[in-house]
Amino acid sequence: MTTWFESPDDAAARLRATGYLTDDATALTAYLAGALEKPLLVEGPAGVGKTELAKAVARAAGAELVRLQCYEGLDEARALYEWNYKKQLLRIQASGGDQSWSATHDDIFTEEFLLTRPLLSAIRRDEPTVLLVDEVDKTDIEVEGLLLEVLSDFQVTIPELGTVTATRRPFVVLTSNASRELSEAVKRRCLFLHLDYPDAERERAIVTSQVPRLDDKVVAQLVDVVVRLRELELKKAPSIAESVDWARTLVALQVGDLDEATVARTLGVVLKHASDQQRAARELKLASR
Amino acid sequence: MSLLDTHIGFVEALRSAGLSVSLAEGLDAISALEKVHWHDRETVRAAYAATLVKRQPQRVTFDAVFDIYFRRLIGGGVAGDGLEPALGPQDTGPDLERFREALADALASGDQQALQDLAVEAVARFGAMPGRGPGLSSWSAYTSLQRVSPAELMDRLVQGLLGEGLDDEQAQRTAGRRIADFTRLVEGDARRRIAEEKGPEHVADVTVRPTIDRLDFTAARRSDLEEMRREIYPLARRLAARLTKEQHARRRGPLDVRRTVRASIATGGVPLTTHHRPKRPHRTDLVVLCDVSGSVANFAQFTLMLVFALREAFSGVRAFTFVDDVVEVSDSFRPGADVVEVMESLSGQISQAALWGRTNYGRALTRFAEEHPDAVGPRSSLLVLGDGRSNYSDLALPVLGDLAGRARHAWWLNPEHPRHWGTGDSAADRYGEIVPMVECRNLAQLGEFVHGIV
Repeated sequence: MTTWFESPDDAAARLRATGYLTDDATALTAYLAGALEKPLLVEGPAGVGKTELAKAVARAAGAELVRLQCYEGLDEARALYEWNYKKQLLRIQASGGDQSWSATHDDIFTEEFLLTRPLLSAIRRDEPTVLLVDEVDKTDIEVEGLLLEVLSDFQVTIPELGTVTATRRPFVVLTSNASRELSEAVKRRCLFLHLDYPDAERERAIVTSQVPRLDDKVVAQLVDVVVRLRELELKKAPSIAESVDWARTLVALQVGDLDEATVARTLGVVLKHASDQQRAARELKLASR
Repeated sequence: MSLLDTHIGFVEALRSAGLSVSLAEGLDAISALEKVHWHDRETVRAAYAATLVKRQPQRVTFDAVFDIYFRRLIGGGVAGDGLEPALGPQDTGPDLERFREALADALASGDQQALQDLAVEAVARFGAMPGRGPGLSSWSAYTSLQRVSPAELMDRLVQGLLGEGLDDEQAQRTAGRRIADFTRLVEGDARRRIAEEKGPEHVADVTVRPTIDRLDFTAARRSDLEEMRREIYPLARRLAARLTKEQHARRRGPLDVRRTVRASIATGGVPLTTHHRPKRPHRTDLVVLCDVSGSVANFAQFTLMLVFALREAFSGVRAFTFVDDVVEVSDSFRPGADVVEVMESLSGQISQAALWGRTNYGRALTRFAEEHPDAVGPRSSLLVLGDGRSNYSDLALPVLGDLAGRARHAWWLNPEHPRHWGTGDSAADRYGEIVPMVECRNLAQLGEFVHGIV
């Protein structure tokens, strides 16, 4: 049994050391997920650092990250394990029929012909592991059923080989964009954390730590504009990832002062819809008049 | 009350407020609490939130209930200690003057702790409502806010912020936000005092509002409407994701022999994976007819927004609004148009839909059938939105019957509770005999319905 973090403060400090700045609730929930050995379901808008949290936990604990990227049509064969059919077929053809069926059967359903996929490999590992199930809302209902067994008991049943149980429970992080409601059964087994846009102070700290070459004054101006953009009714409000991108753009352009002309010129970095850009341009102009 | 009682009571209150908290989650919460220190109230809150709240919209409800069960302080605390609520009017009293000075200072500096203390003092001093006997007194956030009236400090605050080098618009926004924060603190503190006297169960029943997607359109306040509007696009996105998924699941058509045989060459002629021909998706033409008179305007706007946000799922959408005359508004919804602009142009067109300004379903339906005879055909579905309150005028039942007969499907969405259908001037029951009438009172029901017709 691993202790992932000693206390919420320890979690905050160690995540900070890896470059991930948490707020109190995030640090506490990450600590609880480790202490209770429960999966952590992280929800929130795109680009607020959900995936990054899992990576930061892995870095902070010196664990390896096993990632399962979910997509529509993901199935057991690609999430859990698969038998290497082609190799089995070759094996049967190569033996040329001089072996009995039961011997062949025992031969082709062994470790050698098993292709482990992320879920199974995360469970079988002996070293500390962080299992990241990314964008779990993109999968079908069937995969959720599959996750249930893995998440509650940390075991996988392979009919031909028997049940594989985790020797060491991985730290599981599920991320979701809430494009679909997950089933109650999955939610019940997880701790829940909603990551939202940070307050201005924390965002300044994040941008400064990610892009240290940017002037403090420009960072303050940038965060101020981003906060105002989030107050508008936009189709997609800018998130932290976009603020950081914007900061990088400004460094590349060697901007020393974020004036209105620069904002207008580089707005495309933060806003990705044409109507949002028009609206922002209008509202910001109004504000300056 | 023991700690366990508080926990059980808290979980019960959450359940009655609409959060589905299972027994297992309650146990999780207890084991989470064992792992953390209790000296900080926010830690306890975060531990409960991580284990019990699994949907973000419920967080508001959770916070309200948490504040009632795990109170910030008991009685007046340090700030309000020993303050006897003075009876009778004291608007002119020196106390009020002194208090408002202190409040203005705290607002100007934005000191959270000072504001919290002042909120406690405001309720203790100015919010007491004397009862007829001991134990019958109560506390009112409304009274204290009326007496203190922080909104009057707005100008002063703006001036102060301008002095600090903020520009005009920024100062206005900051001032507005701080005053709103203070108002919320006062409301929270009044709830806390009431909970202390009457028991938390009582307050949880009375003051906790439903989550935004369960809130009635007709009961929504102005701020709620804005929040609902922000929910429209996420809701549409969720619906679209669900639809594509379901269509994909049903898409497996007949076996495509050619592709299957080709793929089998890689495995020595054994067809391990089969390939299928895709199915052609079926799409409907949608005609939406909305009542946009005052009482149901919000509801109609939300439905229109949602329908147009999902327009890819239909082969065509035409929208008409009416009060007592009909006007087509399909043009307002360009692809990628701005939400706020659409809302504004919609409310601009409401005046065109009204001749005399009194809702008249009969006249509107007749005009619609006359002016747009081509709109409803055998391939299209008709959707009527409205409460069916027609000011006792002619209902034009045969016209609606004719329209519904021509259309492939027809529905009527009613934002009122079914128990009000057919009461007063509502003709919902009579229209309901011709067109199936569906209750649609909140965003959750609306989402379900729209998903159903696609």
